[in-house]
Amino acid sequence: MSKSLNILLPALGGTAIVLALAITMANRNYGGSKIEMLEDRLSTVETRAETADAKAKEQSVRADELAQKVQDVQAKAELVAAGATLAEPAPRNDDIYGLGRTALDVEIIAWDVDVLPGGRGLPEGRGDATWGEEVFVERCAACHGDFAEGVDNWPVLAGGFDTLGDKDPVKTVGSYWPHLSTAWDYINRSMPFGEAGTLTPDETYAIVAYILYSNDLVDDDFELSHENFAAYEMYNKNGFILDDRADTEYPLWRTEPCMENCKSDVKITMRASVVDVTPDEEGSASSAMMTEDHSSAVTTTPEVTPTFDAALVAAGEKVFKKCAACHQIGEGAKNRSGPQLNAIVGRTMGSADGFKYSRVLKEALEEGRVWDAEALAAFLEKPKSYLKGTKMAFAGLKSGQDIAAIVEYLKLFDE
Amino acid sequence: MSDLNQKNTSRRAFLKGSAATAIGVAGTAAAGQTPDPLITEVQDWASYTGVGVDETPYGMPISFESDVVRRNVEWLTASPISSINFTPIHALEGTITPQGCAFERHHSGAIELRKEDYRLMINGLVDRPLVFTYEDLERLPRENHVYFCECAANTGMEWAGAQLNGVQFTHGMIHNMEYTGVPLRTLLKEAGADLSADKWVYVEGADASSNGRSIPMEKALDDVLVAFKANGEALRMEHGYPVRLVVPGWEGNMWVKWMRRIEITDTAVESREETSKYTDVLEDGTARKWTWVMDAKSVITSPSPQSPIKHGSGPLVVSGLAWSGHGKITRVDVSRDGGVSWETARLGKQGDSKALTRFYYDMDWDGSDMLLQARAMDDTGYVQPTKDQLREIRGENSVYHNNCIQTWYVNAEGIAENVEIS
Repeated sequence: MSKSLNILLPALGGTAIVLALAITMANRNYGGSKIEMLEDRLSTVETRAETADAKAKEQSVRADELAQKVQDVQAKAELVAAGATLAEPAPRNDDIYGLGRTALDVEIIAWDVDVLPGGRGLPEGRGDATWGEEVFVERCAACHGDFAEGVDNWPVLAGGFDTLGDKDPVKTVGSYWPHLSTAWDYINRSMPFGEAGTLTPDETYAIVAYILYSNDLVDDDFELSHENFAAYEMYNKNGFILDDRADTEYPLWRTEPCMENCKSDVKITMRASVVDVTPDEEGSASSAMMTEDHSSAVTTTPEVTPTFDAALVAAGEKVFKKCAACHQIGEGAKNRSGPQLNAIVGRTMGSADGFKYSRVLKEALEEGRVWDAEALAAFLEKPKSYLKGTKMAFAGLKSGQDIAAIVEYLKLFDE
Repeated sequence: MSDLNQKNTSRRAFLKGSAATAIGVAGTAAAGQTPDPLITEVQDWASYTGVGVDETPYGMPISFESDVVRRNVEWLTASPISSINFTPIHALEGTITPQGCAFERHHSGAIELRKEDYRLMINGLVDRPLVFTYEDLERLPRENHVYFCECAANTGMEWAGAQLNGVQFTHGMIHNMEYTGVPLRTLLKEAGADLSADKWVYVEGADASSNGRSIPMEKALDDVLVAFKANGEALRMEHGYPVRLVVPGWEGNMWVKWMRRIEITDTAVESREETSKYTDVLEDGTARKWTWVMDAKSVITSPSPQSPIKHGSGPLVVSGLAWSGHGKITRVDVSRDGGVSWETARLGKQGDSKALTRFYYDMDWDGSDMLLQARAMDDTGYVQPTKDQLREIRGENSVYHNNCIQTWYVNAEGIAENVEIS
């Protein structure tokens, strides 16, 4: 405050001198007009004095601010000296920057498809478990099994009731999921794996109804729709509690830890080498260090011989992403939910070792039918009409260019 | 305790061999009997010229380091497209994880999304639903922060007992990078979002899995970043190029990659990844949900099964990592005897909040067996628990949030093994 007074005083002093002068002149008995004039002047002077006063106050505030800044800078300098940094968060601006453009309603509709607990956000539609089974077998069973039991390591969707208290709980849609909306939302947005976003609302309702049926939670004539969705209650809806670590764990473990004689007896009770589930390390210290020649980099892409159309192969490699969810190709390729595809061009149909083929492909194997480029192209265009009963859930490639590209790509892997 | 009786893999056989060789050479050199030809003879690299500039416009590690790579445990998942791999933390030092070996976790594979094709929408309870381009994000005030990102399932396989013989596999679902990004609150304000404490911020990715997580408003307004750079360069494809969410101290699944949409809601969405996954089943079958914070944890990265002691007895650097989703690491203790007695380790550098801290325990190894453990403390006073302490409260049904003290059994040959002890 002392600084502001210092600034204020000269201004007030000035005003006092002007006022004193005005009063002296009035006492010397000038004419009435002059008095009027002086009164005018006086008011002007007073106004000016007020302005000066306000300015002085303004300056004092500014002085305060500057003083504060000096203090801040000094404090920071002290912090820096003490080893801290000058990092500051991005400014917390109450104004907005005005960046971004308005999202159009049609854009929001396209992207905002999540469904909230109770079914908020669901589109209209319906489907029953019987139809759901058909859709499921066609679109989902390659990974999840005809009865939602899960193939290989793919998720089991049914059963597992009364296992949640076991060491290896089977957490299925039936036994574990607390909200039906989660199933609808996830299937609609993220499934089928490798073909997300291709199910109609009716198909999604039907699949969800079938999953409930496969969990023995509804009958086969059960129809799920936007109308009865909210009323359906999940088996495990009360099975969740909020994170309670702050009550059950932190008070126990926010203590001064033991440093000496903390336990009496220490024995090894389990060893990872006995369990032996650790992957072998290709390119680990041993193999890298024992290899004499380090100069040649390992290439994983097959060599392209001049007989291949490189551009087409590159395009085919991109198209293959649509297949990669189920099929592997190249060195070390294994059967997944689809057979491995090495040397597929020219291979007998249904002949990948160890893969469980559909009936139609077993028959093709017996007949000795071969995957030549033509057969592959026809199959990839409409898999289910070319081989009726194939397990392959893929709907087919619409573009002839994509088909040509992928066949060219597949030719590369001739082993 | 010294009878290891382990599978005699080529790697282990080799490591034993190299340990013996190393000791031999060192001993000879010390005695000064045979001059070292690496010193007395002119080597090729000291005579011929090396590789010119521009040989590799974007450099890769030298070929001798080719074993420092991410690795996958194939039996864990059905397909590498929906899977996880592990950071080679046994071979890294300091705290920053190079992007090229930072673990990956995808639910529908890593996607190629160009900056030009990138759009970020904010909708829901906002005054102005907006669409941002990548360039828009670059025009907003940004911050730099180092944070760890740990998958909630890190160390998850170890609930049932010692399973995987390597710190890469037991603790490698973690990385630590310096992120550059825009605070999430800036975007929320830009859209005039309802910022009241009972609201949620649902964030969703652009890939086919459309991974989405609900974040409570308090956290969203605190330190969450919309990041577009890591360690000074663009994010890698596998980490969400061009834009990912950074949720400091909270489980990695919430760090939505290829982030395309933010929705302000009045309730948690209860998406698949926050109900059927990333929830923790307790002993009685009930499950904890919304267990977002990663509690304090530490592990010795060397020696460890993939990084055995090759030099024999004498000076030994025990090196490890510690971190806490609640704040800073204040102290790490190390035990050589399976937790009977503890000594306080040295922190490589005062820990940053919600970032990896390196610790060292410099010792003179007498060549006897050790049961090595590390125990972290954070600035809330929390002490990293043992596996038994965790099991006492949670049982053994869980997968996620296993932050137990890890034990490496180191034998007289310097070979380390993942064990569980009484």
